[in-house]
Amino acid sequence: MQTLLQILVNGISTGVVYGLFALGYTLVFSVLGVINFAHGAVFTLGAYLTYLLVGGAVGSNGLLAGLQLPFALPFWAALPVAGVGTALVSLAVEATAFRPLRRHQAEPLLYLITSLGAGVILVNLLQLLLGAEGYSLPTTALGSLPVTLAVGGVQVRTVQLVLLVVSALVLALLSLWLEGSRGGKALQAVSEDATTARLLGINSDAMVRLCFAVSGFLAGIAGGLVGLSLSITGPYFGINYGLKALGVLVLGGLGSVGGAVLAGLIVGTAEALVPGEWSGYKDAIAYAFLFAVLLLRPTGLLGRVSITKV
Amino acid sequence: MDATLLVQMLLGALLGLSVYLPLACGQLSLATPGFYAIGGTLAALLSTRVPALAGAGGAGATAAVAGAEAAAGGSYPLPSLLLEMVLAAVLCGLLALAIGAVVLRLRGIYLTIATIALVEILRVVSLNLEITGGAVGIFAIPQPFADPAGYAAFCFLLLVAVCWLCQRLAATRPGLAMAAIRDDAIAAASLGVDTERVKRLAFVLSALVAGVSGVVAAHFLNAWNPRLGNFDASITSLAFVVFGGSRTWIGPVVGGLALTALPELLRPVGDLRLIVFGLVILLGPSLFPQGLITPALLQRLARILPAPLRRLGHGQPGEGAP
Repeated sequence: MQTLLQILVNGISTGVVYGLFALGYTLVFSVLGVINFAHGAVFTLGAYLTYLLVGGAVGSNGLLAGLQLPFALPFWAALPVAGVGTALVSLAVEATAFRPLRRHQAEPLLYLITSLGAGVILVNLLQLLLGAEGYSLPTTALGSLPVTLAVGGVQVRTVQLVLLVVSALVLALLSLWLEGSRGGKALQAVSEDATTARLLGINSDAMVRLCFAVSGFLAGIAGGLVGLSLSITGPYFGINYGLKALGVLVLGGLGSVGGAVLAGLIVGTAEALVPGEWSGYKDAIAYAFLFAVLLLRPTGLLGRVSITKV
Repeated sequence: MDATLLVQMLLGALLGLSVYLPLACGQLSLATPGFYAIGGTLAALLSTRVPALAGAGGAGATAAVAGAEAAAGGSYPLPSLLLEMVLAAVLCGLLALAIGAVVLRLRGIYLTIATIALVEILRVVSLNLEITGGAVGIFAIPQPFADPAGYAAFCFLLLVAVCWLCQRLAATRPGLAMAAIRDDAIAAASLGVDTERVKRLAFVLSALVAGVSGVVAAHFLNAWNPRLGNFDASITSLAFVVFGGSRTWIGPVVGGLALTALPELLRPVGDLRLIVFGLVILLGPSLFPQGLITPALLQRLARILPAPLRRLGHGQPGEGAP
């Protein structure tokens, strides 16, 4: 029972990250109907920015070898700053990979290609500048908080708790904004029909940019939290999460906010349940779910059946 | 030109064609490196583990020794190589058929996601299976040809065969249906085109080309490991098609040849290879939506070229408009 609880705690704390990640995809998907493949690279950037902002030094392999910022922010301040940084980069991705094609009303397929390109450039620039080595954020980043807490006999790492609380907070704020505010309603209108929304006086382009900024902010925060929780294994570490989150996204149903979160928790828990001797195959679980869903229920767990207009 | 580079270029062109086939009917498949890896792993396993395939020279000896002996000369029998190619084609074709049946009834984006998932599953499995040698891979794959020139000739023949197939395809019903689906899937379906079947055909052909190329690559490289079929390889082969253009089969061939040669010829760019490819696929679609080789360019060339070459790349009539 104790071990099962422990597994659940571990699974949920991985799961919320997948959820956050899939949510970033969902925001862009809901307005443009395409996947932003650069999202994983933006997540990686968030982790690196957080590492640098809390005072981490660059290793010896990249062009910026030995670089260290002259100041060191506490983690709780570094995280949103990194989020703002990734939001800006996400806007740059929109301006280079999405806007030119939108202006030409190009086929959606091409967005997939250009956003892959943006992601590849980002990841390889990180590798060029900061080297391929892994970094870990100092465990003292959380200040005076203890490293682990015992809750009802289960050892919970404080990092996991922070991850859980921050994610839950962000998710709640996002849902409130999407459902309850003027901006959120405008966003829904744009995702329903961009041209009609523009006729009704909604600035569609601004809404698209807002989506990219918010999803970039989410990716940056998720990157920083995972960097603290697990360490940054190299410039490619976000790509792995990004690819797995695609499985999560399909499991939850493309475009569904609640589905993304639920599916994230399911995949995270399933991964934590994999016994030690099979741990090498853990990375394939999200994809196994993906194929199962495609076979049985292509709209995903909470996805709406889309009406095809002819 | 150095024959080793030539072989790499020809393999690049083959991979480009493998990405081009689904793209020609408006489907983005990133599974090419996955099928390439299936072909490569299959060839590596069969040629090092099955003594019967290594012919008289290797019979009776243990598989590893037979492999090492064969690697020294060019003694691996050609029929065994062809057999491996047939097996790889069957395996990749069946897998593509199964995935296509699940995914191609859905919107295009699901194919892209499913093919990414396939590449990742194959990578995870081959990293963990003992028989594929884990992360280290398989070594001492026997050589059917004594020198790179032999491989170059073989790859050239393979490329010509695939190009001929694409040319035939472009001029016949399935090829015309592919172009129609790409331009407007709903219109094509309403005119009686079985869009799902045509898309499946393109996806299966793409898998065959990649699988067969993987078999040749495994022998050529002499060693095989899971890194050869990773996500980066998807990007590379996609860049070939975006650069060359996906309106005719000549585009991906030119893209594959040129972009494989480019980093090798400009050594200083070596480190920046993926950044350059990333720039190609980031900026290409908005700056040159049709790639380097466009139907208009081919028409202009056709006026200059001698008659026998004129028919190349034609066969998709009525697509002068972008």
